[in-house]
Order: sequence, then C-alpha cells, then structure tokens
Amino acid sequence: MAYQFPALTSEQKKELSEIAQCIVASGKGILAADESVGTMGSRLQRIKVENTEENRRQFREILFTVDDSISQSIGGVILFHETLYQKDSQGRLFRDILKEKGIVVGIKLDQGGAPLAGTNKETTIQGLDGLSERCAQYKKDGANFGKWRAVLKIDNQCPSHLAIQENANTLARYASICQQNGLVPIVEPEVIADGDHDMEHCQYVTEKVLAAVYKALNDHHVYLEGTLLKPNMVTAGHASTKKYTPEQVAMATVTALYRTVPAAVPGICFLSGGMSEEDATLNLNAINLCPLPKPWKLSFSYGRALQASALAAWSGRAANKKATQEAFMKRALANCQAAKGQYVHTGSSGAASTQSLFTACYTY
Amino acid sequence: MPHSYPALSAEQKKELSDIAFRIVAPGKGILAADESVGSMAKRLSQIGVENTEENRRLYRQVLFSADDRVRKCIGGVIFFHETLYQKDDNGVLFVRTIQDKGIVVGIKVDKGVVPLAGTDGETTTQGLDGLSERCAQYKKDGADFAKWRCVLKISERTPSALAILENANVLARYASICQQNGIVPIVEPEILPDGDHDLKRCQYVTEKVLAAVYKALSDHHVYLEGTLLKPNMVTPGHACPIKYSPEEIAMATVTALRRTVPPAVPGVTFLSGGQSEEEASLNLNAINQCPLPRPWALTFSYGRALQASALNTWRGQRDNAGAATEEFIKRAEVNGLAAQGKYEGSGEDGGAAAQSLYIANHAY
Repeated sequence: MAYQFPALTSEQKKELSEIAQCIVASGKGILAADESVGTMGSRLQRIKVENTEENRRQFREILFTVDDSISQSIGGVILFHETLYQKDSQGRLFRDILKEKGIVVGIKLDQGGAPLAGTNKETTIQGLDGLSERCAQYKKDGANFGKWRAVLKIDNQCPSHLAIQENANTLARYASICQQNGLVPIVEPEVIADGDHDMEHCQYVTEKVLAAVYKALNDHHVYLEGTLLKPNMVTAGHASTKKYTPEQVAMATVTALYRTVPAAVPGICFLSGGMSEEDATLNLNAINLCPLPKPWKLSFSYGRALQASALAAWSGRAANKKATQEAFMKRALANCQAAKGQYVHTGSSGAASTQSLFTACYTY
Repeated sequence: MPHSYPALSAEQKKELSDIAFRIVAPGKGILAADESVGSMAKRLSQIGVENTEENRRLYRQVLFSADDRVRKCIGGVIFFHETLYQKDDNGVLFVRTIQDKGIVVGIKVDKGVVPLAGTDGETTTQGLDGLSERCAQYKKDGADFAKWRCVLKISERTPSALAILENANVLARYASICQQNGIVPIVEPEILPDGDHDLKRCQYVTEKVLAAVYKALSDHHVYLEGTLLKPNMVTPGHACPIKYSPEEIAMATVTALRRTVPPAVPGVTFLSGGQSEEEASLNLNAINQCPLPRPWALTFSYGRALQASALNTWRGQRDNAGAATEEFIKRAEVNGLAAQGKYEGSGEDGGAAAQSLYIANHAY
C-alpha cells in the first residue's frame, strides 16, 4: 500500500459534500419515488389502477406539483429512469419542476438482483456495466445523486460471509463510479425484515453488514463526506412475536450505527421497509431523541411511508388531486418534524415522556 | 454468520464503558509511564543515570508523588509490569497511591515487536500467549485498563497489506481478551513519523490503517464503547522539508479520525511520538479547536511529552525531586487545558487568531 492517487480533486469533493449536506439540511429527507415499472404495478393494483406509463406519470405529476413549501421537508427525490424524462401536463419536465422548488434530483442506478450460486438463495446486485457512462448522462440530465439497493436477509446460514462481502463490494464500486461523475451515491445495504428473528439478532446482523460496507468504501477510496447511507432501522422480523417500542427500536438502531458509521458521513436516511406511515414517523422521531452521540443527520428516504395515503386518496382519479397532495404533504411534514425529534403524535405527551423509555445502551 | 453469541454480559459492558469514560473525562488524559527496562535505559543514559531497578523506582516516585493538582488532568497512568509491584519510600504501593488520587491504573501487556518475514523490515507485536491469565492477575492487582502497541512505517512500499492486516488482527485479539477479563484495551496502531513523506501521505496511510483496525475489532466482536484508541496524530515525516501549522495537523488528524473511528469509541488519546512537550500540547489544543464535529474525547496519552522536563530536572538527584515533580505537574495541567482547546500557548497568538488558519476540510 504505497502512494495515494487521489480519486477526486478538492473541487469535486466540495461539490459532492455540498450536495449531500443540502439533501439532509434542517430536517429534510428524501421521497423515494423510484419504484420500477414492476413495483409500481403492485402499488397500482392495490388501488385498482392499470399500470400504464400515463398512469404512472399522472401519479408522479400530482406529487411533484404540490405547493412549493414541500421543499422545507423534502430535500431530494429519487426517480426511476422513465420518470426523469417525463413531463407534466403543461410539458414541463418533472426534473425541472423539482429543481425549481430547490429539491435535488436523484436516480435509481441498480439493475436488480442476481443469485449467488452456492448460497441459501442470497443475491448480489447488477448494474455496474457501463455505469460510468450512464452516470455522466444522468448528471447532464439533471441528476445529482444516485441510489443502489443491496439486499441481505436473515435466515438459516444467512447472511453468509459471501453475501456480505459481495454486496459491500458492489456498493463500493457503485459509489466510486458515481463520485467520479459528480453524483452523490446513496449507499443502501438493506437487511430485510422477513423472518421471525428478534430485534437483538437484527442489530447484530446490521452491525456486521455496516462494518463490512464501510471497510469496502474505504478500500475503494470513496469520499465519505460525499455519500449518504440508507439503512434499515433495527427491528424484529415481521413474523416475530415480540413487540418493541419506538424507543427500543431507536436505541438498537442508533447503537448499531454509532458502532459502525464514521462521523464523516453527513446523513443517514432510513428506508421504511414494510412499516406503516405512522410507525415510520414515530420510529424516526424516537431515533432523533435517542441520548447517544449522533454526529450524522438522521432522516428519511421513504417510499411507501410517504405515499400510501396519497395513493389511496388518488385511486386513479384526477378529481382527487387536492386530497392526494394533502395526504402527501401531511406525511412529508410529519417526517420532517420527526427528523428533528419534534414530532408530536396525537395521543402521546411529547418528547419528555418518551425520554424515560430509553433503556441504557450497554444492554444493546 | 447467523447468530450472535454475546461476548460480554450487560454488567461487563457497563463496567468497561464506565472505566473508559472515567479515563477520558473532560480535561483528563493519560500519563504513559510504561517504558520497558530497555526504553528506560535510553532515557536514563541521556541524563547520566545508571539503569538500575532502584533508579527506575525513584524516578517513577518523582512522577507519582505529584499532589492533588493532577486529579483534574490525569485520568489514567500506564504502568510497566515491574512498576506495578514497586512501592514508594514509605512502603506504599505505587498502584495504591495512584488509585487514591482517583486515577485509573493501566498496564502495558504487549511483549514487543517481531519481524514479519518477506516484508521490508515490517513487524507485528507478540504477547498473546497466556494473555488471558495475565490480564486476570493484573485485574486482581489493581489494573483496569491495558495498552498494546503495534508499529507501522511509511516508505516506498510500506505499510504493506500484510502488515496492516496482521497488526489489526493482533490488536483485535488482544482487545477481545482484555475485555473478557474486565480490562479496557487501549488500541495503539502507531504509524511512525520516520521518513520524508508529507502530511497528505500520512493522512492517507492513517485512514487505511484505522479502517483495517476497526474492521478487525468488529470481526472479533470487541465492544467499542469499552475501548480507547491511541493513534499517532497525522503529521509529516521527520525529514519532510515542508512545515505545517498546528491547525493543518489538526485538520488532517480530525479528518482521518472522522472517516474511520466510529462514534461509539469514547475517547482518542494521542501518542506524542517524537514531538517536543510544547509541540504536543499545541497540536492537541489545535485538534480540540478544529471546527469539524468530533463525537469522541480527544486527549493525550503522553510519555516523553509529559516527562522530558521532569527527567531533565531530576537528573538522578533526590534534592531535585520536588522541582522535577513540579515540571511534570506543569505539563499535565497544560495538556489538560489543551484537551479542552483552552491552552493559550507559551507566547502564541491564542485561540482566535489560530481559528482562521483552518483550511476547509475538502482539501484533505
């Protein structure tokens, strides 16, 4: 390990770190609106709307043309490829509409999972081929950050050492290539909630996965100040019979993060997984009230947890536009407050009463 | 890697983290008085004193007889094995005297460096054999923390991947064994300042080494909240023709730490290497004034930089003991201030002027 061959110039670093900080400033978070065509299909099917390009365009138009005040809660929006080039009914590009509101535009870059032979159905993620050229084009077309989702599961013999290493390595390659092209990489190593494991087990696995991710990022010379992390919160598996409070989820989550995520990372934007809108907000709030050192911003990058009510309100009808926008705005504001530890859920007495529910961290 | 087999109980974790936090309480640092018999030989020959057990005892007595003024600036003292069992002129064990001042007792447990065959003069550190039994005994004899020094050097082809990996691994094994015996491990991966490399090179190498150390600690299931780190500051090589200010050293050092040391680590206690007493204090002060967020305590674990004047004043004469002790107390108090960013320097401009000398961190 001889010399350093700088991966980025000072100017490149400055640009990347400013973009990253801008996305998570002042309690702002990310709207993950990058559902692939297939995934949008599942969402639309639930509200009995046909999965056509026009319907997808209409729904996204309603979200993006919401009042300008949305930019106080939303710092970035992740788009799917198709959406980056779509326009509203007046012919204005969505990406320009968002940019005018002061929202940073991001783009999903991965190309889905591929099986890892010899494992218990574990996967790695594809998308590195030609990634640099794609990033350069997306940067020209208005994107300033990228997102790549790696998936790990807790199961018999899982996650295996191979799955952890391989996914950490591909995330690091993706991150390195993004930065070379002026895009801030959002690094997403999702430990999915499928299974009946308890929260303690999820914490252990999350710590091992994140340690591997940050070692890989270091090995690949990634500039941490110009990245964001999008992890799972630490929770029990969906099928677990144990119940945990938001404070317990918060303590386990922040403990896992502070043992693995360097302070140089400007922001951590949680995924919501299968959480309800309200749980995603309550948990984020508790995380921001957790009494452990938290040198990064702790915010959100929510898909379903920002859009579920909006989708239901829309149900495919243009007449429901106002109700849809109100539903979306409400969740955005709630999560922005939660990102500052200021969310007051009707029925709770606010921060002071929850403070006492945190168990001391050395039991984690 | 499915399940976790907890390495420590909640009570064990609490004990370790309480010890670690006591050592690096605000304004406090460590006196490294663990010079081996061989190292003491060099120190004593410089002042014309014979290297006998009695002279080593008399010298440590000079340091340990410091009055209560050291309570507020010394949180821990590292002992060499011999010294742990020595007594003062009144027959009181040194361990007892130090503990009575509310200072935590530590013990050097490594057994020196050995060559790594096939490398360019690189080494690893020995001492793992029977380490658990030794730790158990030291714990009974009053020690609550330990120290183990690994050494890396910068040259054309070093540190090599093997040296980094091997030293990180041996540090992690040592740390794990210590914690099993209720002893807080101080993890010391020293990168020597020998050479003509510049500040950037040292920063790059320091980041690589620390990333490897923390990956190894994670792999070995070490409880970070119950450890301390003793790294080199990021400095140019001794033979580097470029001169850097304390602010540049501070920025490079804090940047390297922010990119690699998880916030869960309670404190970073710098070694002084070859720095003069004043340099070591000025640099520590600049580090504590650095405008980047720093989630760990940043303090000192100094040997020569706390003892040089005291040693020189003593010169082996009992009559000089009092004056020598005063010299030590003086440096201890200065470093206690530096650990809070409150040291005005001996004739420097002081805090305000220096603040402006910090260059923006994306240049690092």
